[in-house]
Amino acid sequence: MTAPATESSAVFATRGLTKTYTMGEVEIHALRGVDMALYAGELTVMLGASGSGKSTLLNILGGLDSATSGEVRYGGQDLVRASDRVLTQFRREHVGFVFQFYNLISSLTARENVAIVTEIARDPMTPEEALEMVGLEARMDHFPAQLSGGEQQRVAIARAVAKRPTVLLCDEPTGALDSKTGIRVLEVIERINRELGTTTAVITHNMVIGEMADRIITLRDGRVDDVQVNEHRRAPSELHW
Amino acid sequence: MIPAIHRKLLRDLAELKGQVAAISVVIGAGVMVLILAVTSLDAVQLSKQRFYEGYHFADVFADLTRAPEHVRERIAVVPGVDQVETRVRAPVRVEVAGFADPVRGQLLSIPDGRQPRLNRLHLREGTLPESGRGDQVVISEPFAEAHGLRAGDRLRVIIRGRLETLTITGIGLSPEFVYQVGPADLLPDYERYVVMWMNRRALANAFGMDGAFNNVVLTLQAGADRASVIDAVDEVLARYGSTGPVGREDQVSHRFLSDELDQLRVMAVVLPTIFLGVAAFLLNVLMARIVRTQRQQVAILKAFGYGHDDIALHFGLLTGAVVLVGCVLGVGFGAWAAEGLAGIYAEYFRFPEMSFRLQPRVLALAAVVAVVAAALGTWRAVAGAVRLPPAQAMRPPAPERFTQGWLERSRFGRLLDQAGRIILRNLSRHRLKAVLSMIGIALSGALLLLGSYQFTAVDHLIDIQYRQVMKMDLHLPLTDPTSEHALAGLRHKPGVQYVEGYRSVPVRLVNGLRDYRTSLQGLEAEPVLRVLVDAKLRPQRLPPDGILLTGYLADHLGVRPGDTVDVEIMEGHRRTLQVQVAGTVDEPIGLGAYMERRTLNRLMREGPAINGVWLMVDRSLEAELFDALWEVPRIAAIGLIADVEGNFRQYYYDTVLVFMGVLLLMAGTITFAVVYNNARIAFAERARELATLRVLGFTRGEVAWVLIGELGLLVLLAIPLGWLVGTGFALLLNEAMTVDMYRVPFVITPGAYAFSALGVLIAAALSVLMIARRLHRLDMISALKTVE
Repeated sequence: MTAPATESSAVFATRGLTKTYTMGEVEIHALRGVDMALYAGELTVMLGASGSGKSTLLNILGGLDSATSGEVRYGGQDLVRASDRVLTQFRREHVGFVFQFYNLISSLTARENVAIVTEIARDPMTPEEALEMVGLEARMDHFPAQLSGGEQQRVAIARAVAKRPTVLLCDEPTGALDSKTGIRVLEVIERINRELGTTTAVITHNMVIGEMADRIITLRDGRVDDVQVNEHRRAPSELHW
Repeated sequence: MIPAIHRKLLRDLAELKGQVAAISVVIGAGVMVLILAVTSLDAVQLSKQRFYEGYHFADVFADLTRAPEHVRERIAVVPGVDQVETRVRAPVRVEVAGFADPVRGQLLSIPDGRQPRLNRLHLREGTLPESGRGDQVVISEPFAEAHGLRAGDRLRVIIRGRLETLTITGIGLSPEFVYQVGPADLLPDYERYVVMWMNRRALANAFGMDGAFNNVVLTLQAGADRASVIDAVDEVLARYGSTGPVGREDQVSHRFLSDELDQLRVMAVVLPTIFLGVAAFLLNVLMARIVRTQRQQVAILKAFGYGHDDIALHFGLLTGAVVLVGCVLGVGFGAWAAEGLAGIYAEYFRFPEMSFRLQPRVLALAAVVAVVAAALGTWRAVAGAVRLPPAQAMRPPAPERFTQGWLERSRFGRLLDQAGRIILRNLSRHRLKAVLSMIGIALSGALLLLGSYQFTAVDHLIDIQYRQVMKMDLHLPLTDPTSEHALAGLRHKPGVQYVEGYRSVPVRLVNGLRDYRTSLQGLEAEPVLRVLVDAKLRPQRLPPDGILLTGYLADHLGVRPGDTVDVEIMEGHRRTLQVQVAGTVDEPIGLGAYMERRTLNRLMREGPAINGVWLMVDRSLEAELFDALWEVPRIAAIGLIADVEGNFRQYYYDTVLVFMGVLLLMAGTITFAVVYNNARIAFAERARELATLRVLGFTRGEVAWVLIGELGLLVLLAIPLGWLVGTGFALLLNEAMTVDMYRVPFVITPGAYAFSALGVLIAAALSVLMIARRLHRLDMISALKTVE
């Protein structure tokens, strides 16, 4: 395992992270001891088949879920033992999420979907700025039902970055999109990472996307299987699948 | 600028407007009843207190035959007595020009030319009689209104058989006659009963009471023990033919007023509880559903840093909006209805002023009660939303666990088709929800039953009293006990078909520490015009010995047939006798004691005497009969029983039934709200499943059956449950509303049950119709694309 930077520049570092939960009557061991790190400013792609535990890992990093055991350090803070209030504050100030199914609030327009986050953030951009960054300035007052999938995902990205988060966590952001629209969305994510320097993690089962990353972490059966450093990042527009 | 999260709230509300409106109406109904009852209670209580205090309402009242004025001093020195006012009270007959019916009345004395110290008069117009004048009176306001009489008009009054023409100087009200009924009446008859006030000297002169009095009222010193004062005064007055002093609680007007206040109090608690309970349940179902469908939105909000408080506030505000709309509706309608009720109260309870103002205190109370009910209903669902871990909320809920129930495995179950199985499994999977929905529907059915029970029960009460018990047309109380030979003379008056005399004696019935003042009526062994009935309405024969008591009175005294009861005779020569209770009778109105008349005559150590007569007459000859009866000096008054019945029905239709009608309407709303809400939620939650069925080739009808069948089954199960609960409610209300004056019989007719079932079915059908429209528009593709 090689790391391009020292431990000290790690935004996140996990050690021995496990997660077990029950769904219906089935007990699922989602994570079985994960050790990994995310470094400041880098764009990481986490690859893995479905069920490999990548979404669970992302949720725990983002403070959405709690680990069963192990350690997650964010800066100097241990998130595993953090209280609910601390986690809420952490999400409010530091994390931007993008989900596979966009998860926009259907009763709010694009602008309002972004505003719902900027209204509680400490130093946000305006919803208009954020929507401009994703190229949606013309469709700000449309409701989610009036937007295409790609547009909805771009609203979701605008919503995630509007608070100027330290980390941007994207869970299968292109999973529900065709490849052309998916690439458009990845361009936006790449631009955010480049221009704002936001530490970004994208999870996907699509290996091609790894080519735009600084590092590729592969997960299998709830463990880190492989970490690769990508010396030659490719622009999303050069990718195709 | 409205924050985005509140904008979401507004749009959610707009989306749910049907359900929000339905629940708001139920909350509104609860708030309205609460405001109505509390405002009425406040208004009556405050008016009563002002009138009593401002006009020196007496604490103790006593009637007697005649006592010299100096006896007043002996009453005044009884320890605990504050002020004493002796009076002359005379029963009179009155003739009003242009009014053929007999009018009864009483004349009360006031000190010459000035206000009495106690029970002062509130003059609406005119003045008191001038000092020294013997031909002037003040008359009671309701009578003046009923006949359009003004100060300066004249009345012909027969005092002790002598006709006098009196001039009205004023029109007034007295705290003694807030509820103005004639003796032995239950309801006011303003056209045929009047109270008048006249100078003492003139009245004493006309009534043969010079230097004497036959009525005394007094107030107590602060802290005085009323019972011991009453005993001491009784001792003073006993030998002057006193029927025994009574406290306010036995003063007719005060007692009616207290009963009314008690009923309002019951109403203020029972009805709002039912309505707001239902509203809380509906809110619970609705909020649980909203939280369920919005679990991903909640997760998103949390993912972006919204805290527990923000989420709780968000859903709390949603509830708050529903409560707010409900409160506004409730306050609006409550104020409007209170004004209507004020009119009715002003008709029956005569205060100088009665202000039905909506007090901020009442508004606050209504709001607090509504908010608490809503909070109770919403709390669980909102707490669930708050507790939802964000990551878990992002995952679709796990498929629900279904099992084959015993019903499905039974012989009956094998007959079910697929749709039937889906219905059954859904119900058994969501057992709690199904049970709660059933209870909700049952509650509205119960309310409908309660409403129609009141209608039928009161009708039944009036029917029993006036068709089975009181069969006479006319009632003639006599001024004094008279030989029964007088009956023969009456038989020959025009139009008279049947005559029956009775002897009535004021008594106090005592058993140990319990006692009750009433009159003991001596009747024929098998009375024809005044029938005594048992619980099954069979006429009862009076035994030659012993006393029959109204069942409620026997319970009150704690005696059973075979026991003896002390009968304290409060007329003439006061004595206490021990009499055996021979049995009980079942009467809805009044608390009476009955005896064979000649047995009573013997107890009274008198010959075969009567002091009242009942007549059955040919009503077409009434005018001639009245003229003839006026000639008989001993007839104190002529009471038309048919009028009494009419008054009674009027009273009930005016007050209780109007109120119950409103209740009925609101119960219908509840039924609709419950069924519609359930149907709407069931539809929303199952749209995807139903669309899938359509895709798989089910027809619209088959799909509708899956949804409506479930609802129909719930409704069918809820109807008998509603009957059961409603019967319980009716029993409770019946107990709570039972007063000494009358007892509403506990009779629920099959019609009432049918009405309750019908109401629920109609409301259910309406809701289903509204859902069917949506079902028709169900878009298979988009429903399938919805991500849960």
